[in-house]
Amino acid sequence: MGMTITEKILAEHAGKKRVSPGDLIMSKVDIALGNDITAPLSIEEFKKAGAKKVFNKDKVVLVPDHFAPNKDIKSAQQVRILKNFAKDYKITNYFEMGRMGIEHALLPEEGLVLPGDVIIGADSHTCTYGALGAFSTGVGSTDLAAAMITGETWFKVPESMKFIFYGKLKKWVTGKDLILYTIGKIGVDGALYKAMEFTGEIIDNLPMDGRFTMTNMAIEAGAKSGIINPDDITMEYVEGRAKRKFKIYESDKDATYSDVFEFNGKDIEPQVAFPHLPSNTKPISKVGKVKIDQAVIGSCTNGRISDLREAASVLKGKKVHKDVRMIVIPATQRIYKMAIDEGLIDIFIDAEAVVSTPTCGPCLGGHMGVLAEGERAISTTNRNFVGRMGHPKSEVYLSNPAVAASSGVLGRICSPDEIE
Amino acid sequence: MKLKGKAWKFGADVDTDAIIPARYLNTTDHKELAKHCMEDANPDFVKKMKGGDIIVADKNFGCGSSREHAPISIKAAGISCVIAKSFARIFYRNSFNMGLPIFESATASENIKEGDEIELDPSTGVIHNLTKKEKYQAKPIPLFMQELINVGGLMNYVKRKVA
Repeated sequence: MGMTITEKILAEHAGKKRVSPGDLIMSKVDIALGNDITAPLSIEEFKKAGAKKVFNKDKVVLVPDHFAPNKDIKSAQQVRILKNFAKDYKITNYFEMGRMGIEHALLPEEGLVLPGDVIIGADSHTCTYGALGAFSTGVGSTDLAAAMITGETWFKVPESMKFIFYGKLKKWVTGKDLILYTIGKIGVDGALYKAMEFTGEIIDNLPMDGRFTMTNMAIEAGAKSGIINPDDITMEYVEGRAKRKFKIYESDKDATYSDVFEFNGKDIEPQVAFPHLPSNTKPISKVGKVKIDQAVIGSCTNGRISDLREAASVLKGKKVHKDVRMIVIPATQRIYKMAIDEGLIDIFIDAEAVVSTPTCGPCLGGHMGVLAEGERAISTTNRNFVGRMGHPKSEVYLSNPAVAASSGVLGRICSPDEIE
Repeated sequence: MKLKGKAWKFGADVDTDAIIPARYLNTTDHKELAKHCMEDANPDFVKKMKGGDIIVADKNFGCGSSREHAPISIKAAGISCVIAKSFARIFYRNSFNMGLPIFESATASENIKEGDEIELDPSTGVIHNLTKKEKYQAKPIPLFMQELINVGGLMNYVKRKVA
């Protein structure tokens, strides 16, 4: 009987020939990641355990990105903890402002996470790296602390679910819409404890940026991980970035899946997730009149260069509606520079949008775009929980970048077709 | 030791932003985090709850972020355990690592009403509703997780390995 890509990667990292769903394994970890919110707790546990060194100074990655650039004194203290720890333990991959980016855009860009890896991160969106054909999952700070010391972590091997996307993408439909559509179908715990494997001709043709967006939001269906079998698109992305060896795994044809879902591109419009769950989706044609106060384009979900290109293609020559704040956040310094070189930043500023340095800021109501009571935002981020972007009585609607951009122009949620 | 307290009911898909809003995550101080426990789901919760009280929720409790601040704030607020139909996976893992007892029971989740007096035996998973004089059985904790608890949580397990 065959194995899924997830089972193969976990078996190899556990030193076993094969593993089956439900097996408890101790797995080697290729990269262990923490950020300015979660790593301070890990560092506290690391020190309490009396550890003298990290398991590998090149494999622990620390990225201050959530409340950075530091929004207040408390946040500055947190970032200081990371910086001092990185210095004391000679951590190679600590990213200071100016070199930093949103972690889940930064690590793949830097070639730090690669196909076939096992990656854990004390951030729930660590599942993003599954787009490269890696097993990647979010854990808590204490799990991260343990892995920083031992280079290992325990897992229960997850069952895999297969999602096959047939056909072609409609106009304006992106990876974001595919994953929102999927979550809308299965619910926020539809993939609880499981690995979501995305496949089919739409995925085969989807660029890396769109794939990252999809696996990024696997957690929003409760999944342990999201994964895509590596192909030429993956290899093209990894080439020139990888600084160490990696291994390609693929699911066997006769691998076992707990569920198989088949979707067709002809049924999928751009999606909008209404408050207060990512599963509360509607196709753009059924949204109705929803006025907005803020539009956010960015985050680990949609702050990559193709996201900015899509937004700019809509915004070119237009102005943001007078009642709307539009905030554009390139996810990394490199993406920021590409956006400048391609003239995208000019388009945003001419449209009277704000362009920020990389930060997770507004996505979690941290800074750089917090909502007041009763305010409503359309956002390319990943969560629309109560109070997620600010006041508990504010609202967040999730969409792709082109929909967020066009909504910013009209002042209400709309399809990009409405402003062309 | 048995856990005993009054039930506080919450619905389905209670997310980590409701348990501890991100705006308070610029600290790791347990007492500070406890002050804002469940604030966006029930603003009066911390004021009204008493030490030992029990959170009873529907499915998928703790979904969303990986923030360990969520189980920390619940534990530091004095809640003795959480009972739910099901838990989101990172929250489940974190709770064991933090030493916050959590129990899965659909019947308990459905039948317990807010304010009911609850007594729970962690070793057997038997939940007593003293108000309604009912008994429910929680799912047993997986053996591996019990071992983690027995050695005193994940970090003690790691310490043994390092030593």
